[in-house]
Amino acid sequence: MTAAMAMPVAAAGTVPPLLTVEHLTMRFGGLTAVDDVSFTAQNQHITAIIGPNGAGKTTVFNCLTGFYKPTVGRLTLSPPGAPTMLLEQMEGFRIGQKARVARTFQNIRLFPKMSVLENLVVAQHNKLMRASGFTLAGLFGLPVYRDAEKKAVELARYWLERIGLTRRADENAGNLPYGDQRRLEIVRAMCTEPRLLCLDEPAAGLNPRESAELNELLRFIRDEVKIGVLLIEHDMSVVMKISDHIVVLDYGRKIADGNPEFIRHDAAVIRAYLGEDEDDEIPPVIASDLVKDGRV
Amino acid sequence: MVAMVQGARAASVRSFPVMLKEAVIFAAVSLALALPLVGFHILDKGSTSQLQTRFPEMFFAVFVLFLGKLAMSLLEAGHAKRIAAAAAFLAGLWMVVALLHLVPAGSQVLGWFTWLVLVAVAVRGLILVRSDAADARAAAHDDSGTAAGAVIAKLGTVLGPIFLGIALVAPFYAHMVDDKRMVDLGVLIFTYIMLGWGLNVVVGLAGLLDLGYVAFYAVGAYTYAVFSVKLGLNFWETLPIAGALAASFGILLGFPVLRLRGDYLAIVTLGFGEIIRIILLNWAELAGGAQGIGGIPRPSFFGMAFTANPPDGTTAFHQFFNLEFSPMHRQVYLYYIILLLALITNWFTLRIRKLPIGRAWEALREDETACRALGINPTNTKLTAFAIGAMFGGFAGSFFATRQGFISPESFNFLESAIILAIVVLGGMGSQIGVVFATVVLIGGPEWFRDLEAYRMLAFGGLMVLIMIWKPEGLLAHRDPTVRLHPPGAKPAGAKP
Repeated sequence: MTAAMAMPVAAAGTVPPLLTVEHLTMRFGGLTAVDDVSFTAQNQHITAIIGPNGAGKTTVFNCLTGFYKPTVGRLTLSPPGAPTMLLEQMEGFRIGQKARVARTFQNIRLFPKMSVLENLVVAQHNKLMRASGFTLAGLFGLPVYRDAEKKAVELARYWLERIGLTRRADENAGNLPYGDQRRLEIVRAMCTEPRLLCLDEPAAGLNPRESAELNELLRFIRDEVKIGVLLIEHDMSVVMKISDHIVVLDYGRKIADGNPEFIRHDAAVIRAYLGEDEDDEIPPVIASDLVKDGRV
Repeated sequence: MVAMVQGARAASVRSFPVMLKEAVIFAAVSLALALPLVGFHILDKGSTSQLQTRFPEMFFAVFVLFLGKLAMSLLEAGHAKRIAAAAAFLAGLWMVVALLHLVPAGSQVLGWFTWLVLVAVAVRGLILVRSDAADARAAAHDDSGTAAGAVIAKLGTVLGPIFLGIALVAPFYAHMVDDKRMVDLGVLIFTYIMLGWGLNVVVGLAGLLDLGYVAFYAVGAYTYAVFSVKLGLNFWETLPIAGALAASFGILLGFPVLRLRGDYLAIVTLGFGEIIRIILLNWAELAGGAQGIGGIPRPSFFGMAFTANPPDGTTAFHQFFNLEFSPMHRQVYLYYIILLLALITNWFTLRIRKLPIGRAWEALREDETACRALGINPTNTKLTAFAIGAMFGGFAGSFFATRQGFISPESFNFLESAIILAIVVLGGMGSQIGVVFATVVLIGGPEWFRDLEAYRMLAFGGLMVLIMIWKPEGLLAHRDPTVRLHPPGAKPAGAKP
């Protein structure tokens, strides 16, 4: 996870990375929000995307999960045991349905007036739709559907127990405290049985204890569920502790890419976060290239 | 005035002179408004008109408002119970006096005006007392919301069969007392209940604000009219066709509005309703244009007509059952048809709510973006909601056509859509029993109080305003989860395996 990780496009080993982002560019009119960003995310790794406000992190997510169509670039998902898919060619909801890339949102987007359990059952919509014979079998209560629903509830129960919300399963999701809502949104995404989980600032607004619980949950997802996690995060205590790999964006460009230890000492990253004097201004891209050349 | 009252509440405790001052200002503003509206009256005397003054009445009305405002302030200051009780007592007294026809002819309007102010004070006081009590309860134990929900849910399971029982035997009673108006009212109410339940799928569950629902009602009605008059099909044969055709129109409406939300969706659906009406108005060959379609066959009971003198070779209903002919028979039969159709709608909706598609509708209402992220196909989900809602509208339309025997575009104007939507919203979006309740209030009320003539519309408007202030979520806005981890009644902590 050292030299190869820093140069993603060249990193073509025997097993292709779970997600390969190549030359991703997103323009809104004259504004280039994401400019030629390439990186990879491995299966069973937590890959963090960090950067100052407005660096284009969420735009990358929106491109990955089909909310935006990238202006330029290729997004390849190569899940183990499934055919390779090109995400940029898929219609929005199909990325959740077929490619099974699940995501959470910066501002929590639960279904507030539905119960906690219903939130998790809705996440299993496509599976249940097939089991209900596209409603007909379900309408007459055939056992096929009843079994499927029972299994769906069991999966939901499993995840609720993991985040300690079993007791409040029948309450409206909107009534939960903020930290619980954050974790519920993550397990709702997990109920879609994803291959890649994209989390947009999951630790935002959490207190230190909740942050620690979140770290534990993310580690569990990586190590026990064995899927890839992509994470946008501002909270460095979360990022540095649990990430296997970090991608740093600034002004829409990638300025650094490597493991936490590498990123911690990267000059360009420090400059992007702490600012610099005006006299010795170096364009961030060049700076990162210089630093990388020196180190790699 | 509501804003004022709420503002006053925020200021909470004030001394009496301050209240007095506020009431005086309130009265002054009212006076300024009332002077041109009430103070002067133009009397039309054939060719000339004469300006009259009505100052005593005006001052009386302003004085009532002054007292009302003062009472409102006192309510806030902690005398809610006593003042509300006094206002309710006076209002009740007036009702008794009015119903016994003891009111002199000249003071009817002012009397009812005073009554309205008293009712407003009483209702406000009641709300305050209730909310204080609710605060106390909430402080005592925090799950009062679930408790209230459980009460309503329990009421639903008890009241549902009771209502159904009443609905089933009501026509026999009406037949006994030979009250045709009652059966008619029943038919009307159940037609609107069915329409309300149908629209509830689109508005209540899927959250798609549809202002043109009457279009599907029209499609259903004209389908039956055309198929029966031109092709001779009977009611039961046409019903599926009408449903299917209305559902297709639902999808037709659905496609262009897929990307629209909220206000924009409402505007387009409103336009759609008008387009259908105007097409019917201008399509003379098929739909008869403004004349509409007459002579639509009435329903028959397994081929037996409800006529006094059936055509040769056929048996009429009353002959077969050895009854004396009565026009009531057909009314009662119509009543049972619409009751059956409405119950099917209800069964279907309750059932589909617990299926993936129903949950997806509700999820779509809550957050479309999140749905997309979970891989739910928003296009299909919305279109099924439109199609199924429209299908029930089509069924109801067919029934309307066979009941009336004559239809014209007049019957399918925007007001109908608005009433159906009002039923759904006032009943509580997504609540099945709420629709029943709201229909009885909104349709039954004005029909029952037809004797009040023009005033009933005023009361209707006032009622809607009151409901919106008092219960903005609708009358019975309780929602039960479609699936539970802990069955109700079981202790939550103990349910864990």
